[in-house]
Amino acid sequence: MKFEAVIGLEVHAELATATKIFCGCATKYGAEPNTQTCPVCLGLPGALPVLNEKVVEYCLRAGLALNCRIADFSKLDRKNYFYPDLPKAYQISQYDLPLCRDGFLTLASGRRIRITRIHIEEDAGKLIHSPEGEGYSLVDYNRAGVPLIEIVTAPDLATPEEAVEFLEKLRGILIYLGISDCKMEEGSLRCDANISLKPAGAKHLGTKTELKNINSFKALGRALAYEIERQSELLAEGKTVKQETRKWEEAKQRTLPLRSKEETQDYRYFPDPDLVPIELDPAYVAAIAASLPELPEARKRRFIEGYKLPEYDADLITGSKHLADFFEAVLKFYFSPKAASNWIMGEVLRLLGEEGLTPEALAVNPAHLADLLRRIDAGEISVSQGKTVFEKVFRTGASPEEIIRAEGIRQISDEARLRAVVAQVLQTYPQSVHDYLNGKIKAAQFLTGQIMRETKGQANPQLIKELLAEELAKLRP
Amino acid sequence: MELCDLTLHEIKDLFAQKEVLPSMVMASVVKRIGEVEEKLGAYLALDLEAALAAARAADDRIKAGRALGVLDGIPVAIKDNLCQAGRETTCASRILQGFVPPYTATVVQKLLDQGALILGRTNMDEFAMGSSTENSAFKPAKNPWDPERVPGGSSGGSAAAVAAGEAIAALGSDTGGSIRQPAAFCGVTGLKPTYGLVSRYGLVAFASSFDQIGPLAKDAEDCALMLSAVAGFDPLDSTSVRGTPVDYTQELDRELTGRTIGLPREYFGEGLDPEVRRLVMAAVAQLEDLGARVVEISLKMTEYALPVYYLISSAEASSNLGRYDGIRYGRAAAGREDLAAYYTRTRAEGFGPEVKRRIMLGTYALSAGYYEAYYQKAQQVRTLICREFAEAFRVVDAIVTPTSPTLPFRLGERLTDPLAMYMSDVCTVPVNIAGLSALSIPCGFARGLPVGLQIIGRPFAETTILNIAHQYQKVTGHHRARPCGTGHDRAEQEGGSPDEV
Repeated sequence: MKFEAVIGLEVHAELATATKIFCGCATKYGAEPNTQTCPVCLGLPGALPVLNEKVVEYCLRAGLALNCRIADFSKLDRKNYFYPDLPKAYQISQYDLPLCRDGFLTLASGRRIRITRIHIEEDAGKLIHSPEGEGYSLVDYNRAGVPLIEIVTAPDLATPEEAVEFLEKLRGILIYLGISDCKMEEGSLRCDANISLKPAGAKHLGTKTELKNINSFKALGRALAYEIERQSELLAEGKTVKQETRKWEEAKQRTLPLRSKEETQDYRYFPDPDLVPIELDPAYVAAIAASLPELPEARKRRFIEGYKLPEYDADLITGSKHLADFFEAVLKFYFSPKAASNWIMGEVLRLLGEEGLTPEALAVNPAHLADLLRRIDAGEISVSQGKTVFEKVFRTGASPEEIIRAEGIRQISDEARLRAVVAQVLQTYPQSVHDYLNGKIKAAQFLTGQIMRETKGQANPQLIKELLAEELAKLRP
Repeated sequence: MELCDLTLHEIKDLFAQKEVLPSMVMASVVKRIGEVEEKLGAYLALDLEAALAAARAADDRIKAGRALGVLDGIPVAIKDNLCQAGRETTCASRILQGFVPPYTATVVQKLLDQGALILGRTNMDEFAMGSSTENSAFKPAKNPWDPERVPGGSSGGSAAAVAAGEAIAALGSDTGGSIRQPAAFCGVTGLKPTYGLVSRYGLVAFASSFDQIGPLAKDAEDCALMLSAVAGFDPLDSTSVRGTPVDYTQELDRELTGRTIGLPREYFGEGLDPEVRRLVMAAVAQLEDLGARVVEISLKMTEYALPVYYLISSAEASSNLGRYDGIRYGRAAAGREDLAAYYTRTRAEGFGPEVKRRIMLGTYALSAGYYEAYYQKAQQVRTLICREFAEAFRVVDAIVTPTSPTLPFRLGERLTDPLAMYMSDVCTVPVNIAGLSALSIPCGFARGLPVGLQIIGRPFAETTILNIAHQYQKVTGHHRARPCGTGHDRAEQEGGSPDEV
């Protein structure tokens, strides 16, 4: 029997506010443990939460960008459970009246993936477990009270690839909105997936499992693929899928049971009496809607129409806000869209890849790349010289001018001078000339190499190609 | 009469005339504490050295005519659920033993900023759950009028300390009557402000939507002065209300002519001690003599107030008290082999029976399948109760009732019968449910024990109820009776000696 997968995602994104959701503590990642804490986020007796208005604003930005309906009346609720990373023994979250509902995100295929809700909540602290057998755990409360939005999709995704595309698109949008840095490796973007299978074409949903501990886009795709395989085998054997939460084990590339449905907690949600309801003025919501930046889809269209970039280029570059911003910054200094796009897709991504960096870490001054492109177009240096120079710009931050001067890099485009060098090389290697004239085209490469050696690599390659062809033609009988 | 038996405003006047200095008042209070504290158990912790040092600094300011405010140099007590940096705050619970907050509650900071001398931390029912202070994990407090009897609760320590001259005034907290009922039992004046008037920041939460901090003092004027000192918007408490500072003494001297007072018949029914009824009705007659118009009203929702209160307050408490696990502060059980077992043991050892009862009740009321029938239904009835009070206040300026249906009971008398204990709050909880203002003033003595009159006002109408209370106290002397020291004692009071049941 053939099965179809039904996938829904629950995505948590840490909001990039300067301070926490209910107190004035900083949210900086990677600080010394428990240095960004106060009585409020430590849940000390008597301390009270005060809602950070920026958190509401950021959540509304996400909701508006994802085509949601914005609530006019919303509230915060307590989700009660015991765990050492949760200092109040309840998480302040939103239960039945989230800020945003009923939105959607469109995939490249044109399929709309419905977004059920987006709500705000506080993050918990972080447990650092001792080595096996030592029997203690340490808690870092720096993360306790860091604001999160939880984005819940309808079960509209059909394949692991769609799920990954959805998450990538969502990440792009959140970064464009400037509300989250969405670093999965730092945990500022987290994703749980619900997945069930049903016979192809069937209406009724099968029993789902929830997958946790997915720490990268790759892991999301693999965990879902693994789970489809596992559930298919069970169903094919006539067995049933158990409703449970499963954990993705990155090292072993498999999912394992974490807890069953029976162990599901009763969180005893109720409205938090320490906080007042959130009433949203339509004018306030409209002002946020008006302030939304251009989003990836719109920018891509603009790149295609305005800069005449091929769709492939536009999609790749606008996929990262940082790359797209860098691209447009380069154009401000030197307007040559296709060249800039080629260099970004080529050299920039290659060097980032070599260093294991993401586009956010790109530190090249856009004026430097623009300057380099201008020099190449002007024939001052060759493309291959440009690549050498750019690598140094990338690694040192020095300007192309400094590097070119320091290394004496220049291009000889003086036709008379180069013609003399060509003539001399042809005289020196008559055998190669003979070979060439007898159809061994490859001999031209050897001759080009000798010309380059004579000019210490500074000859304009395009010009050499032309001159060599001309001079060889003259020697044809 | 000793200095410690004077009112705050009397001492303030003596300071102004430079006849008396804070150190002299402190000395009198310290002496009284030495005489009666062992018997009464009003305090869980005394901080006399710090208070004496602060008194000497206040002396210099008073002498120089540069007092920080009306509270400068006044010895006050605070309930042990108000955080003060560097001072162990236990809420009379074993589970918080050893908890020393690194921060100070807004109200305590306000007292300190105005020069008040903080004497120490008063005894209470554990986590403010109770009506007798017998639920204190450490020791019961006693009623200064009869140490065989309870001082009421949960702010029983604050009420006993003020009545006995162990403090000039005190702060308590009132979730279902925890300021007014002990004020009534100890013969002092206690005020529960409107919800949102006084910041809760630094008050260890029992039931967040009911809790309010307020003063216990020797008369209405003192309560007005204390309230003026602690009320006001606090950006650290989202439920505190914005507004300009108010001088709560401003209407004290207004005549009662033109005021309409409602008498809700539901508060005078079954279970009301006939002596309490007699004294409350005598006080109502007194108010009429002063020019107030008294009308009978009906508050039909009253019978639902207790169940609504116990469902919502216990639900909130079950969540508020979840954090006490002994890991980050407070008392932890021994042994660490398993997290769930550790939690269970720490909480089993750390909480007393009444607190456990409420945690279980509240957890149940919020549980899946019961939420709608209990918590949600109680919230709906809460709305109806609010509405009924709002209706009543279209006709009347204040509502007068007994504060407690009975006289102070004997220690141990109700400890094994939680429902009888809960009935102590039957007249006071509706006020917290509706978030109104209310106070209790002494209105006489029966069998040698004080009886309290409750005056309930509209939200933020503290000036009105203080005005009514003050006008009553201008023509009566019940609030001037003192259980300890010379000058007054209970033998002189109406009703003779306490009964010997």
